[in-house]
Amino acid sequence: MLISEKVKIEPLWKIRLRLAIRSLRRNWALFWESRIGPLGLGIILFFVLLMIAHPILMATVWDPRVYDPIVGFDRALVGRHPAPPSWAHPLGTDPIGRDVLSQLMWSTRSEFALGVTSALITVVIGTLIGAICAYFGGVIDTIFMRLADLVMLFPFIALLMVLRSVIHLDLWRLALVMGILSGFGGITITLKAQALTVKVKPYIEAAKVAGGSAFHIIRHHIIPNIMPLSFLYMMFNVTGAVFTEAVLSYFGLLDIRMSWGIMIHTAESAGYLGAFGQYWWLWAPPGAAITLLCFAFYLVGRGLDTVVNPRLRKR
Amino acid sequence: MPLLDVKNLTMHYTTKMGDVHAVDDVSFAIEPGEAIGLVGESGCGKTSIALTLLRLLPDNAKFLGGSVLFEGVDIVRIPEEEMRKIRWRGISMIFQAAMNSLNPVYRVGDQIIEAIQTHFPIDYQAARRRVAELFDLVGLAPELMDRYPHEYSGGMKQRAVIAMALACAPKLVIADEPTTALDVIVQDRILRRIDEVRKELNMAMLYISHDIAVIAEVSQRIGVMYAGNLVEFADTVTIFKNPAHPYTIALMSAFPSIKGEKRKLQGLPGEPPDLLRPPSGCRFHPRCPYATAVCTESPPEYREIQPQHYVACWHPHLGRS
Amino acid sequence: MAEILKLVEVRKLYPVKRRVFSLRVRDFVHAVDGVSFSVDKGEIFGLVGESGCGKTTTGKLIVKLVDPTSGQIFLNGQNVVLIRRGKPLQDFRRAVQMIFQDPYESLNPRFTIFDTVAEPLMIHGVRSLSEREALVAEILAQVGLTPPETFMFRYPHELSGGQRQRVAIARAMVIRPKFVVADEPTSMLDVSIRAGIMDLLLNLRAELGISYLYITHDLAVARYMCDRLAVMYLGKIVELGPTEEVIQNPLHPYTQALLAAVPVPDPTYKREPPNIKGDVAAPINPPPECRFLPRCPKAQEICAHSPHPPLEDAGGGHFVACYLAGTWKNTA
Repeated sequence: MLISEKVKIEPLWKIRLRLAIRSLRRNWALFWESRIGPLGLGIILFFVLLMIAHPILMATVWDPRVYDPIVGFDRALVGRHPAPPSWAHPLGTDPIGRDVLSQLMWSTRSEFALGVTSALITVVIGTLIGAICAYFGGVIDTIFMRLADLVMLFPFIALLMVLRSVIHLDLWRLALVMGILSGFGGITITLKAQALTVKVKPYIEAAKVAGGSAFHIIRHHIIPNIMPLSFLYMMFNVTGAVFTEAVLSYFGLLDIRMSWGIMIHTAESAGYLGAFGQYWWLWAPPGAAITLLCFAFYLVGRGLDTVVNPRLRKR
Repeated sequence: MPLLDVKNLTMHYTTKMGDVHAVDDVSFAIEPGEAIGLVGESGCGKTSIALTLLRLLPDNAKFLGGSVLFEGVDIVRIPEEEMRKIRWRGISMIFQAAMNSLNPVYRVGDQIIEAIQTHFPIDYQAARRRVAELFDLVGLAPELMDRYPHEYSGGMKQRAVIAMALACAPKLVIADEPTTALDVIVQDRILRRIDEVRKELNMAMLYISHDIAVIAEVSQRIGVMYAGNLVEFADTVTIFKNPAHPYTIALMSAFPSIKGEKRKLQGLPGEPPDLLRPPSGCRFHPRCPYATAVCTESPPEYREIQPQHYVACWHPHLGRS
Repeated sequence: MAEILKLVEVRKLYPVKRRVFSLRVRDFVHAVDGVSFSVDKGEIFGLVGESGCGKTTTGKLIVKLVDPTSGQIFLNGQNVVLIRRGKPLQDFRRAVQMIFQDPYESLNPRFTIFDTVAEPLMIHGVRSLSEREALVAEILAQVGLTPPETFMFRYPHELSGGQRQRVAIARAMVIRPKFVVADEPTSMLDVSIRAGIMDLLLNLRAELGISYLYITHDLAVARYMCDRLAVMYLGKIVELGPTEEVIQNPLHPYTQALLAAVPVPDPTYKREPPNIKGDVAAPINPPPECRFLPRCPKAQEICAHSPHPPLEDAGGGHFVACYLAGTWKNTA
């Protein structure tokens, strides 16, 4: 049963590194088996390539005066914007003469930034609060749970509309607001439930008997055991963040200069969305990009689910 | 003709990491009305045998050989529809931690009625009368029929589950650790009741447990299992007074008792083997104080060393007490 | 013999909320109801009883996982109920440790064995990593996990139940406590492994000079391990005394029934059924008279009209809480 190995005591960091790599390898194998996880990862990789390709193209093949996503303008096609796809503009141009493909690629970076930042903030807050509520219970628990109920019921978009009239709502501020608001919402309930399953384990009692303070137990025992779930929910939160930004931009509620949502908004406010089939390159590419990226993160999340939840595994 | 005749039963579980040799070449027989005990530690294969007898194994279980004759019919090879008729009517089972196998949203009486009506075409009222009889048999008040499982105590739930196992008056009942989760006074009552019922209905029983004290009290003959093999089989007195297999001998000295001289306990060094890669030859040899070269090379034959006393060992102890 | 632990009239009551909107809580579960005993230095004191009798709660009270509703607990003469925080609490935690029942759940699955055993050292200020490594290696060897280096960086799921329990024992012993509460440490282990663990605990008592409270429902195990024993029923101690004396000469009807119910691994022994009726009740708002009265086969008038009997000396350190204990000896 136990393979007896001849192991000398190496420096602790080396051992920990080796153990971490071993566990990463095993988790990757599980992730790979889920099939949909790697698919989602592949799609994300595709978007990352788009993101990297843009500055390269801008520095080499594309003339910045024409292809700049925000201030570019193609004189050659003046009067015919929005122009349909052609060799010069693989996805055509938008109503004010900017290359659609360039816009798409450029926005990828801000979408990633927004999604990941917002999700990260949400999950960090949710994890901390979930762990604290589970460990302490009582009044603290009640306060945060009622707060979560409030946040879940709150008309999110209405709040953002009001906020926008007060402050300049750019991408980073939006990420912060969304992150914080979601952080206190439903995710705390889910993570608290998970933290509760950890809290009742005998090893928590053992840690208390050993003399561990509340901080020690929460930090070393509870949070590491709920982190896989946090990471999982982070994926789903990215989806939510990207989609929310798209909706808000579409309604013109944000002060961002360029994003996929803005692209659709531009098309709509210039009146080109009515004739669906005719100007498809104005809404289909950004729409597809939003859907695909959200879908990709969702798939990664489901793939991670099989790593986190042993019962969902194929074997 | 024995009621149950198991011959050379071999069964493995297929897993991603290989085949788990759960049951290997096990043979024993149960006569009608007899009480047999199967004792062994976790992973020895006793529960796997029980599940094989009822054909309730999971999908990754691979049946590799041998036969199980129940009243002359090889129940391992018959189709599922035929097995369904035998399950619960011919052979039934009291599962481990059975109190968890009661459905919390149905009344207890109704759950037993369901078991009965699956096998007998009788109406609800007739089935209710039968359940009342069964409750009386196991020592439960008849009003409890209309209560829910959460209103029962642990001992009561166990009795209800026993009633369910007896519902179709089977010829053989398999009891897998029926009293492990219960306190000692309740355990005593339930074991006595089971024994009375068994004698009353002339049922055969296969008790499975890791507790040799319980097995000693309820069984007429005992089989000792280790790592998927049946290593010794004899009547109860012989197993305790005259054990031949080193594992059986070790097991006897590992149990503290409240009676008799207080003596030093002997545990066994090492661990039960990994059944993915069982040791070569006799599976007990890594922990056996009497192992020799032949023990590491070939698995010992299961043979009758004295009348009705079977052992699988190259160096069985004879005439020890 | 010096006393290391002493409990005086310790009570733990849990409120039971019956009505949703009523603010007054009127019902209480008397989990531990006036328990008093003491443990001598180097002694193994057993606490036996069926589930719900209060033995596990008593263990938790001693290690301060829960606080008593009333009563005092003295460790080396100091009342530890008053200790709430700070250095006195840390000192207490160094001196009193616990071994849990479930070897599968009492180790954090994400901690290596080294992390688990080193945790108490880290909490109590052993800063140097090499010192922690040395101490962990030493204790792992002492509990039989040799060579220690091959175990230190494994995870619990790679170990068997018996090995995990040894790790749990190592964790409890690494900071050299004076008193250890062992809560059914072998009940979830295979039979052939139990003897090894029990002998390990006995050896550690000698090597490290530790005193134990050994909690178990198994009287045979209690007989093997304990010097003295207390039998609990519904939150109270009904009998207490040297182990062999209590087991061979039980004076309380409950102890007699309990002993009569234990299966004996000897097929030639004819065991009579225990003399007891009814089932264990939940200890909610118990009546003032003897708790055992509804089940007692020997109850008399006096039992129904007097409060629950106190523990009385029957001679030779053997105490029993029964008004009628003097009227019979050695009959069950």
